[in-house]
Amino acid sequence: MIILLFILIISCFLCLYRAGKGPTVPDRMVAIDILGILVVGVCAILGYILDLHFFIDIAIAWIFISFIGTIALAKYLEGRNLSD
Amino acid sequence: MIDIAGIIIICIGVAFTLFGCIGLIRLPDVYNRLQAATKCVTLGTCGIMFGIFVSSGFSGLGVKCLICIPLIFLTSPTAAHSLARGAHIFGVKLWDESRMDEYKEYKSKQ
Repeated sequence: MIILLFILIISCFLCLYRAGKGPTVPDRMVAIDILGILVVGVCAILGYILDLHFFIDIAIAWIFISFIGTIALAKYLEGRNLSD
Repeated sequence: MIDIAGIIIICIGVAFTLFGCIGLIRLPDVYNRLQAATKCVTLGTCGIMFGIFVSSGFSGLGVKCLICIPLIFLTSPTAAHSLARGAHIFGVKLWDESRMDEYKEYKSKQ
């Protein structure tokens, strides 16, 4: 299970590489969106290894935070206000 | 036995996630990257959740993981769709070898 956790963390670093390098603004946003979903998987595996249930609660909250952040950034990309 | 089945499902999910992130690095275009990364990572994370549910059963951990699956399946494609639309309106060009741009035709028809 530790090996699987390491593979997920390597995936997170690949996402961070794309977020740093990405030639355009939407590239960075895609990388941050994917990173948000990856963190959910990391939380789930950590909760399974350590047998702590509250990591899944953190994961459920993280899903919604990542979703709302991505929707707000996409609205910014379209050139609209947040109140539209 | 049921533990081994759960760990195999978790391994499949982690493999999907890794391939999605490699696609995020390797592909040439915003839309290609979005397509590869979103689908693979969504399915991979849901695989991880389902594997944990299989191996831990109807305990607190397993049921919470089962609740996570529809949340991810609802929120992640919605976010990806709005990001793709936003990127197209923002003016990101397609890759040189892309053949079709149906959203552009749709916008020009309106």
